Amino acid sequence: MSAILEIADVSRSFGGVQAVQKVSVDIPRGEIMSIIGPNGAGKTTVLNMISGFYHPDHGRILLEGTDITHLAPSEIAKLRVARTFQNIALFSGMTVLDNLMLGRHVLMKSGVLSSFIYWGLAQREEVAHRKRVEDLIDFLKIQDLRRRPTGSLAYGLRKRVELGRALALDPKILLLDEPMGGMNQEEKEDMARFILDVNEEWGTTIILIEHDMGVVMDISDRVAVLDMGLKIAEGKPDEVRVNPAVVKAYLGETKTSEVRHG
Amino acid sequence: MIYREAGQFKTTYAADQAIFPILQDRIFVALAVVGAFVIPVRFANEYWLQAVLIPFLIYALAALGLNLLTGYAGQLSLGTGGFMAVGAYSAFKLASAFPALNIVLVFLLSGLVAALVGVVFGIPSLRIKGFYLAVATLAAQFFLIWLFNKVGWFVNYAPSGTITAPPRTVFGVMVTGPDAAAGARYVAALAFVAVFALIAKNLVRGRVGRSWMAIRDRDIAAEIIGVRPLRTKLLAFAISSFYCGIAGAELVFLYLGSAETLAFDINLSFLVLFMVIIGGLGSVLGSFLGAAFIVLVPIFLTNVPHTVGLNLPVALAKQIELMIFGGLILFFLIVEPHGLARLWQITKEKLRLWPFPH
Ligand SMILES: Nc1ncnc2c1ncn2[C@@H]1O[C@H](COP(=O)(O)OP(=O)(O)OP(=O)(O)O)[C@@H](O)[C@H]1O
Ligand SMILES: [Mg+2]
Repeated sequence: MSAILEIADVSRSFGGVQAVQKVSVDIPRGEIMSIIGPNGAGKTTVLNMISGFYHPDHGRILLEGTDITHLAPSEIAKLRVARTFQNIALFSGMTVLDNLMLGRHVLMKSGVLSSFIYWGLAQREEVAHRKRVEDLIDFLKIQDLRRRPTGSLAYGLRKRVELGRALALDPKILLLDEPMGGMNQEEKEDMARFILDVNEEWGTTIILIEHDMGVVMDISDRVAVLDMGLKIAEGKPDEVRVNPAVVKAYLGETKTSEVRHG
Repeated sequence: MIYREAGQFKTTYAADQAIFPILQDRIFVALAVVGAFVIPVRFANEYWLQAVLIPFLIYALAALGLNLLTGYAGQLSLGTGGFMAVGAYSAFKLASAFPALNIVLVFLLSGLVAALVGVVFGIPSLRIKGFYLAVATLAAQFFLIWLFNKVGWFVNYAPSGTITAPPRTVFGVMVTGPDAAAGARYVAALAFVAVFALIAKNLVRGRVGRSWMAIRDRDIAAEIIGVRPLRTKLLAFAISSFYCGIAGAELVFLYLGSAETLAFDINLSFLVLFMVIIGGLGSVLGSFLGAAFIVLVPIFLTNVPHTVGLNLPVALAKQIELMIFGGLILFFLIVEPHGLARLWQITKEKLRLWPFPH
């Protein structure tokens, strides 16, 4: 097992709140790793540290052996780490097409001067990247939405477009923060299918935060469990499911388990 | 049915990404540009050129500049007048220090100076947004005007404190100075705004424009896809101020002939902002529509009551003008933030379906 991403002994607090405490996880290349845990367990904070929004107080994060602990989000994007947000962060005034083209921002080079003239370098680049974006539009079956401003789309479709924008980076690692949150059963199944297809077709490593245990157990290769900032378990879905510490953490949290079954 | 895209299937992405993907639009724009160069010069009288068309083109360039910054990149600025003053005073200094320098180059260099100043005053935008940024740019406005008033060097120590456009020619035709014909000044202003509108279109449909809109719509998401906030915002300030700087130079050299700092005071900043809001935030066409509107309303108010036999006192006409602007700005901000440009687009959509409304 070779890890593409190593999270080593990472801690982060906000004021008095210890959001993440000494968490270590190795993410194997090409696998789907889920991070689960009750509300406020620190899951989003871990993603925020990987993508550079927050930096850990202690510990290190290594991407393919390189230390990325203190890089800015834009630099981490350059290393082909893409993500989606728990509460969708699309560019709502722009079309689906522009949102996906923006996903390729760091892969494109044309600067101000070549854009001034457009014809030539900038145009060739636009066309080349448009091809890839069109493939993704087909993959996600959103052909009819190309020219729609994302602000006008239904919730489930916005989640799908946000996945598209992340995929447009041709990511090595894809970080998904509750991609099925707030979706109905059918939408969840579609999303789960897309995630599996991405992983199989392009070999993309995926880190998934999700509350729906059914989905998590179905599609994950490995699962890590956080509770109150601590990692309390890690392993294959079947192992984690029967882990006493996990069962206890979840039974103690009636609120989330209601959400899960509701 | 006259205006429609049916049957115009785009076979390449390049065609789909063209500035005007629909054939009728291309024809219309081409005709409008050619017409703009030919018709007014032949048929418009001195009054129309001087009082309407020349200021319209200059304001359109300034509005275009502000629209790139505020409409596309989402950075509210009240420093437009100050950045235009930087362009005007730079042009004056450059033209007097290097009399042999071609006036076109003088304008472009003045734009560059304004761009540098814009970048400096854009730095706070990394930390502050919206209202607070507007206040910071307001400080820039007051500081720059104060500077040009205070330091005699900028006006070559003229006791009157005015800067004056020196006589200069392009291709043997006098375009600035007291002897420049209105037609020549008009063509010069038109050439600049035509080229820079095209450049603006190119910018906003490609990578640079998208990164501005990303910062405008959701700065956190912009960072996650690799847009660097500081660099992107400063670039918007630079290019916006470049446009405004050239517009400022033109204001003195092609329109007023001579000016004091009063011509660039805070009222000018607001006037250009009104153009952008009324014309349409985030629209190149809107910058032109807004400028046309703001130039035409006062003229309308002076002339129309007169022709129907009503004699409005000048002061009252001015009041009505302000009320109209104020009302419209509220209307557009609340109801239609995309301004006249959006209304134009809706009209086109209706035309496309006409005569069948489905
Ligand atoms: N920017 C912040 N400022 C202050 N506290 C924060 C911040 N971000 C997270 N926290 C706190 O850190 C803890 C962990 O939050 P986090 O968002 O990582 O949880 P989570 O596991 O993603 O929860 P959920 O399932 O509700 O999304 C919470 O107590 C939260 O209030
Ligand atoms: Mg979370």
